Amino acid sequence: MTTATRPRGETRAADQSPATRSERFRRAARWWPALPLVALFLVPYSALPLPGLLDGPIGSPGNLQLLSLCLVFGALATGYDLLLGRTGLLSFGHALYFAAGAYVTNTIMLEAGLPFAVSALLGLLAGVALSALLGAVSLRVTGIGFSMVTLAFAQAASILVQRDPGGVTGGEEGRAAPADKLPAALVGIENTANLYWVALAYLVVVLLIVRWAVRSPTGRVWEGIKENERRVEVLGLRPYGFKLTAFVLAGTLAALGGIVHLLLTGGATPQTTTSDFTLSLLVMVVLGGSGTRWGPLAGGILYTWADHRLGDLSGSGAVTGLPAVLRVPLSQPLFLLGALFVAVIYLLPGGLVRLPARLRAARAVVVES
Amino acid sequence: MSTSPAPLLTVRDLRVVIGDSHILHGVDLDVAARGTTALLGRNGAGKTTTVRGILGLVPRTGSVLLSGEETVRLATHSLVRRGIGYAPEDRGVFATLTVAENLRLAERPGAGQPAYDLVHGLFPELRQRARQAAGTLSGGQQQMVAIARTLLNGNRLIIADEPTKGLAPKVVTEVAQVLERAAEAVPVLLVEQNLAVVRRLARHCVVLADGRTAHRGPAAELLADAGAAHRLLGVGRAGHDGAGPSPAGASARPAAHPATRTEEAEV
Amino acid sequence: MSTVVLLTLTGLGLGALYFLVASGLSLIFGLMDVLNFAHGALMSIGAYGTWWAASGHLPGAGPGGAAFALAVVFGTAVGTVAAVLLELAVIRPLYARPREQILATVGVGLAVPALLSAIWGADARPFPGPAALSGTAGLLGAEVPFNRLVLIAAALVVLAALRLFLSRTRHGLVVRAGVEDRAMVTALGIDVRKAFTLVFAIGGAAAALGGAIGGLYFGSVDPEQGTSLLIFAFVVVVMGGMGSLAGAALASVAVGLVQQFANYYTTAGLGDLAVVVLLAALLLVRPRGLTGRLA
Repeated sequence: MTTATRPRGETRAADQSPATRSERFRRAARWWPALPLVALFLVPYSALPLPGLLDGPIGSPGNLQLLSLCLVFGALATGYDLLLGRTGLLSFGHALYFAAGAYVTNTIMLEAGLPFAVSALLGLLAGVALSALLGAVSLRVTGIGFSMVTLAFAQAASILVQRDPGGVTGGEEGRAAPADKLPAALVGIENTANLYWVALAYLVVVLLIVRWAVRSPTGRVWEGIKENERRVEVLGLRPYGFKLTAFVLAGTLAALGGIVHLLLTGGATPQTTTSDFTLSLLVMVVLGGSGTRWGPLAGGILYTWADHRLGDLSGSGAVTGLPAVLRVPLSQPLFLLGALFVAVIYLLPGGLVRLPARLRAARAVVVES
Repeated sequence: MSTSPAPLLTVRDLRVVIGDSHILHGVDLDVAARGTTALLGRNGAGKTTTVRGILGLVPRTGSVLLSGEETVRLATHSLVRRGIGYAPEDRGVFATLTVAENLRLAERPGAGQPAYDLVHGLFPELRQRARQAAGTLSGGQQQMVAIARTLLNGNRLIIADEPTKGLAPKVVTEVAQVLERAAEAVPVLLVEQNLAVVRRLARHCVVLADGRTAHRGPAAELLADAGAAHRLLGVGRAGHDGAGPSPAGASARPAAHPATRTEEAEV
Repeated sequence: MSTVVLLTLTGLGLGALYFLVASGLSLIFGLMDVLNFAHGALMSIGAYGTWWAASGHLPGAGPGGAAFALAVVFGTAVGTVAAVLLELAVIRPLYARPREQILATVGVGLAVPALLSAIWGADARPFPGPAALSGTAGLLGAEVPFNRLVLIAAALVVLAALRLFLSRTRHGLVVRAGVEDRAMVTALGIDVRKAFTLVFAIGGAAAALGGAIGGLYFGSVDPEQGTSLLIFAFVVVVMGGMGSLAGAALASVAVGLVQQFANYYTTAGLGDLAVVVLLAALLLVRPRGLTGRLA
């Protein structure tokens, strides 16, 4: 494949750190993600304002809600990258598994009246089963055919949800989650911090699972499949099973994300079933850096933030004062994201996480000459 | 070495890297301004990749001089328009197009009249089958289409990649005859496994091994030295068994030689 | 009986719309291996171009008669130019990186509708058209809206023109050969990239024309219209065999009819569902359906 989706950027850079560094320092440095994690954990207690980035103090319910969404989509993109960046599978149907988690959980609570914990477990199992079933079928075709089959399945589900069969999905309105079935600590504006921690926990779970999976022997086969599927076959391995494992794992993580999203937004909405939703995941992953440890997370956070905040910013004085040629496109977050996406594909193969390395390299060239 | 004037095509240090794998590590070869130069080597030595590298069909580095002009930075179509006819391995015939359409694609608008008289003179069958879909032709007929395309344009150089592969003995002889006639007018770079054909056509030869040039010299000299032929080409000790290659100039009989591919022959 | 006639002609009209989008999509994929996710956006550009011109912004163009025809020509031309720009500026620099090409078209497919709604708003705008085309024609006892017939006629004209182009011109020959073996075309001394630009221009023109006339069919334009049709166009392309024009035509008719009849005689939406499930089933049974040939 091309440089845009090389899986190694992050890990290899770490592996190749100069031998002069002491072993102890390296062992300590490996734990650096703990620092931002602690910072993220403490966010709800913070009244620090981030002017421009957020409206008001970080810890306000509105901002916590936005940050929670950023974390959920960052995690979701990280899970999706198991397919795109780690195994080289271009699925256009990932929204289906996310929506399955949200809709099945919500529907069971509403229709069967079961408590949240049981419903969520069943929702998660539904995600596993659905991804195993449809993955097993879709992976019988390869290349762009696989992309189209996944697109077709997801689209079928999307149509079904929007047609509201038997009134269980709520059609184009979606359905609100029943507050009485949810744990009291996760309902209401005063509990936004708890929801935020749930989102953070989901992110940590996804990051750990993806890291563990990618470093496992199976993960190495995934990388082989991505680089050259033939070669994996020559080694006597059947790529099908490994690809299915990646598909089911990614689908399960997506279903879990759907459940968290259900809690965050208090309902299941049909927008999460559409192909546009999958395409936005694709944009997040490629924007941040496909096949890297932090790239999809960064892309997911940036995308979600931009999608929510750019609309507000365009109403601000700085933008309304601009001439129409600039003001009109700036008022549309999706236009900016689409354009940024195309720009990244060209100018920054490997995504935004490559930017620091690129800048360093550029500076080194300047210094040398 | 060769006594002929400056070579038509001079390739130096041709390297091809596809994905992570280095396929060519530095191939040097000259195509003489006259006659046929054979490109030889065992399976997987890099013969087809060399040809594709020369033409720019795979990313390559090094130097490829055509009549002294550096072409390594040219796109394939620009290079070909400078006067190269190419008959690829597996013939490259467009199966859903008719024979006439296959030939018409090789025409180069603005580069003189296409030599249909020559082509139809050599292959009268192609005129009769002009409206037939090329995919329905036999292997031998498809090879005729492929070679006809190289003869249509008054090219300066013809590159033929295993033109006799998979053909029945009688057709091999026909193809060899056509190439022999073509080589009287235009230099030919010939990739060939059939040493009888090489013996009949080639004046010069270049032998590749593991993506490098292993030997260059007169073709007859190499083929006369059974030890060298065995070492470089991996062919059996031809001189010692009864079915050895017939003397140069005799009819090409592929089945008689151990170097012949084992694919089923088709007519 | 009259219901069947109406459903048939409406289905054919829808199929005609699909064909206008899918024909270019199929040629582009067949020749270049690029699944153009921006193709729906090209259709939207054609629709908005026509709407803009017919709403009185272009001198000489308007909602009636010849003035409307001029508006359609204008919309089609804008879509064609956009398609050529897309190929030259976005696709070509990513030559030999097929996955990045697809991703780039995804980005364009997101950005263009967003830009359209930034300029003209996200809501649907009523589409002006000649009064003569808003009526119905009595056909075998059914009152068939004219716009269906216009769509069918446009699709037939495009189909005939494309077939003539492919079979009678040298450029068409190059396109057909390129669908089979792109590398060999360049090895014969032909600059195949010119054919890329050409198929983008042709595909863009057909899609934009579809958008222009589709505006009559839907009675309005909105930024997402083209994109929502794209998936059905994918279905058509896959069913017909990538790169096959005749296949795309047949599949368009089949998909349009199945959708109309199933949506009418069973639950609304079941037709749409049936069609996408059909796509999955077809790919699984015949994955080779993707490597079709020009016919």
